[in-house]
Amino acid sequence: MKYRSVILKIMSAVIVFSAWEIAGRVPISYSFPTFLESMAALAVITLDGSIFIAYAETLKPLVTGIAISGLLGIGIGLWVGLSEKFEWLFAPIFIVMQAAPLAALIPLLVMIYGIGLTSKVFVVCIMAMPVIVLNTASAVRNTPVSLKEMARSFLAKDHEVLLKVIIPAASPIIFSGLRLGVSAGFIGAILSELKITPTGVGDIITFSRSIADYPTMYAAIFSIILLAVLFLNLLEKLENYLFEGNNRGYISD
Amino acid sequence: MAISQTSAQPLASTADIAVSVRNISKKYNQTEALRDLSLDFPKGELTSLLGPSGCGKTTLLKIIAGLLDANSGTVQVGGQTISGPGPDRAFVFQDFALMPWANVIRNVAFGLELRGIAKSEREAIAEKYIASVGLTGFEKSFPHELSGGMRQRVGLARALSVDAQVLLLDEPFSAVDEQTRRKFQEDLLSLVQNENKTFIFVTHSIEEAVYVSDQIAILLPRPSRVSEIIRPSSFRGKSVDNIRRDPEYLDIVDQIWASLRSYVE
Repeated sequence: MKYRSVILKIMSAVIVFSAWEIAGRVPISYSFPTFLESMAALAVITLDGSIFIAYAETLKPLVTGIAISGLLGIGIGLWVGLSEKFEWLFAPIFIVMQAAPLAALIPLLVMIYGIGLTSKVFVVCIMAMPVIVLNTASAVRNTPVSLKEMARSFLAKDHEVLLKVIIPAASPIIFSGLRLGVSAGFIGAILSELKITPTGVGDIITFSRSIADYPTMYAAIFSIILLAVLFLNLLEKLENYLFEGNNRGYISD
Repeated sequence: MAISQTSAQPLASTADIAVSVRNISKKYNQTEALRDLSLDFPKGELTSLLGPSGCGKTTLLKIIAGLLDANSGTVQVGGQTISGPGPDRAFVFQDFALMPWANVIRNVAFGLELRGIAKSEREAIAEKYIASVGLTGFEKSFPHELSGGMRQRVGLARALSVDAQVLLLDEPFSAVDEQTRRKFQEDLLSLVQNENKTFIFVTHSIEEAVYVSDQIAILLPRPSRVSEIIRPSSFRGKSVDNIRRDPEYLDIVDQIWASLRSYVE
């Protein structure tokens, strides 16, 4: 029973990868390699080290963007959630940001910030930040009134109400915003490398597609998904460590 | 002799008042919740605030707690006019107000944590009160692992652990089942006898109010004022098993229902 969730996870992975293998063998398209071919290509780029060089490049905008989105996003979200004035000021910006067709706006970013790291960090932030801000704000606003009253009646000062009650109470929704934001940030990082300048993992994808080396292309895509899943698991571990009683189980892993 | 006794009488009675509410008025926008309400709560006794829903009894309790500001009037606790929450009062919430991310011992010790008491010391105090409400062994459990009755025991232990002179209970048993509620009422009676604290108890149950109270304040709604104060006399000293068959208990229950009946839609 203890291993049931592990067995289920493995089974679900086996089903997805078998479907991929079968679809590749049918084949549904000549540009769609099988699972095993892709894994072989992944092994090749891992062994010759090119994937590590690529990630050294890709992680720069990704980590910077996610760090900025996480810290600034939660900060602004708390502010927006605590003050109605700031909601009027900030919430529309993030709602627009979330709805904006980003790929179409990238040329504008490039015109302003050039083709370097800044533009790519912006793309990651535009993808990741709105959902973090909006989730945090709505979680803070929906803190149970009786918990805040409880803290005040037991003599909590304002900063203690925020740190010991509002933030922990909001943490499940803040973390779900972080999970969504981080996944969007990964998409943003790859998007920026495809649309602005081909560097890192985006370069592997673009280059191998141009020479019809589809297994390598899918190996690169697979690796970025794997990294995102690992990162999301890490985030969940952090949440469980910080706010143990809030944990009633998630299905993200 | 006789003269000094009569002159000492009012002094003695003010010293015996733990909480004194004077001419409190409270408006929510246009709605008048409380108008010119005055009421005294004797030290060491349990006073119930009883009335139909919407009569402002929870509002009054939150004003006494310092969680709400009155538009006019004063509340004195132990002779001091209050201006907000204070260490002399502790609150027990209708919905328990437990922190779901914190285990039982942290929840119980939370009031002490906010007072800056060191962790080992506050946990020792919390353990004592967890034991006194009968939750030994659940210190590391989380609220969602407990039943409703056990959760309210945690809420009660939290209020007791800060050792406030006045305990404010806002319909504390309304969210637990009937059997647990009866047990709670019996426990509350022994708590009032043993703890020498002043209890202010909001309830909408007539039977519950008569069962546990030394004094019952009947509030009538829109705007609220105290219409009647009842002090049961004959059954308070008797054992808990005999209260519900005492003729005075039954009379008071009927009497209160007769005066509240017309206010209930």
